[in-house]
Amino acid sequence: MLQFPKSGKIRVGLLMALVFTLLAIIGPWLAPFDPNKSLTTTNGLPQPPSGAHLLGTTQVQQDVLSQLLVGGRSTILVSLIAGAVATALAVVLGITAGYYGGWLDDLLSMLANIFLVMPALPLLIVIFGFINKTANPPDALIGLVISITGWAFGARVLRAQTLSMRTRDYVTSARIIGERGWRIMMFEILPNLVPIVATSFLFTVIYGVGAYTALSFLGVISVAHWSWGTMLYWAQSAQAAQQVHIEWWWFLPPGLAVGLFGTALALLNFGIDEFINPRLRTAGLTRRRARAAGQPRRGAA
Amino acid sequence: MRLVARRIVLYALTALVAITVNFFIPRLMPGNPVEVAIGHMQARVTPGTIRALDLQYGINTKLGLVGQYVNYLDQLIHGNLGISFSSYPATVVSVIRSALPWTVGLVGIATIISFALGTLLGIAAAWRRGSWLDNLLPAMTFFQAAPYFFVAILIVALFATKLGWFPQNSGYDTTTLNPGLNWAFMSSVLDHAVLPALTIVVGSIAGWIIGMRNMMLTTMDEDYVLIAQAKGLASRRVISYAARNAILPSVSGFSLAIGFVVSGSLLTEIVFSYPGIGYILLQAIGNEDYPLLQGIFLIITFAVLGANLLADFVYSFLDPRTRQEA
Repeated sequence: MLQFPKSGKIRVGLLMALVFTLLAIIGPWLAPFDPNKSLTTTNGLPQPPSGAHLLGTTQVQQDVLSQLLVGGRSTILVSLIAGAVATALAVVLGITAGYYGGWLDDLLSMLANIFLVMPALPLLIVIFGFINKTANPPDALIGLVISITGWAFGARVLRAQTLSMRTRDYVTSARIIGERGWRIMMFEILPNLVPIVATSFLFTVIYGVGAYTALSFLGVISVAHWSWGTMLYWAQSAQAAQQVHIEWWWFLPPGLAVGLFGTALALLNFGIDEFINPRLRTAGLTRRRARAAGQPRRGAA
Repeated sequence: MRLVARRIVLYALTALVAITVNFFIPRLMPGNPVEVAIGHMQARVTPGTIRALDLQYGINTKLGLVGQYVNYLDQLIHGNLGISFSSYPATVVSVIRSALPWTVGLVGIATIISFALGTLLGIAAAWRRGSWLDNLLPAMTFFQAAPYFFVAILIVALFATKLGWFPQNSGYDTTTLNPGLNWAFMSSVLDHAVLPALTIVVGSIAGWIIGMRNMMLTTMDEDYVLIAQAKGLASRRVISYAARNAILPSVSGFSLAIGFVVSGSLLTEIVFSYPGIGYILLQAIGNEDYPLLQGIFLIITFAVLGANLLADFVYSFLDPRTRQEA
């Protein structure tokens, strides 16, 4: 029954996401060196890529490739945990608010709106700022804290969709049969929201990567905890981009990795959006065919 | 105006939540912030300062939580955010006040450019669906997904270090100039602002383009657009009819975006050593300067709420339906 999706965006996104997930799992075992270890003491300058160090070294002669592989696991794990927890919260709070309505809806919607307008990064900085910097918080805890600030958008979208569904015939009949509230929400409403839940999950994972990378770049989360953000923290504090000979091998790999991982998820998201709303499709659509398909013409007469 | 009134209630509540969270975080977290403070200020601390810090963080006090909270609100209303550990004896308010204009100017101008340019490009991308502009979408997605500070690092490396077109860091030429209302200083400020502003535009424009494009595509299927075309209006007129309706979600989406943009520009400032809030934020983190961290959190929250309110006024001005009394 499952067809391989036609959209090129979904295919590319899926492939990239799979590669990143695979690297997150096996990356640390592939790493040729210990990311913390200073490999030589001969030269105080970061070394450009060579046969021994495929992505060069840092200022203290640590292997950049090893840091990238080890840091990838933490980065992806934290963002997936943040995405999963935030989406679970969004599903529970959003569908409950939409289905029951009344004061519960008012309360939950207000809560979601507050979290939407409150700037998330400064709040996260204050929370992590008070955790002792020498303490090395586990990835699960970091993901959990980030998820607190990431559920509101999904909850709002899911609430709006639930609202439009709760008066449909099949929901009404389920209620008349006497199904309980939670059963209607889980088995009648939720299955119809799967594409939106998926979009919201991908959206929060992208948010999680961004938040985690930003927090480690700022040095709020222990800088001894390897992630792509930590690598950028060290590159920035050594002013790798400001040196006369730009040390591109130091900041380019982690930055590209974050950007490409986010792009993969965003492409998947575009694909799902186009699946829900066919108007947005561009695949295989030339302008002439768009015109033939009844799109508004460009230019008069 | 009902919409605006409802939003004001929301913003007031959000401000209250932020203030309350700000009160509880230091009290819930393990460790004693005052000991950290004394460690950083070393011998310069007077017993009076220690007493003030104890009061601020609720240590060695007989006052209950409610009493402490009332005290804290009272201090806040009088504009007292405490003393900065790292620039002791300067107050948090004075440290923030010297950095705030830089950030507000930078973010404000960059956001206006990004919004205007992104919306225009979004209109163009929708009107010529299937053209080369659509092929740019994945590339723009990358710049949206990549962290702001990474884009900033790339821009520094290329335009400042490699090509030498613009300065690498700081807000103006600090070695030869003093701040003042003269041409030399102003042009130096502009020169130093180009790259940070470019970073913020590059990092945030994709959202406006994609949002506008998608809304435009939906709007162009409406009957009134078809009629406008059928009666032979120039395509510029047709576009403007469709665009002025399609832009509404972009304006209401502004409130969601502004928080991200502000956070992103804080990180951008760090890369450029730009003397704004982001820069003092980094110092506050490095020195475990809790009062400054908390002060920055509150100020940014209030600023974002203010920007939201402004966007709501614009929205109710643009959309007559929200002005009707129901």
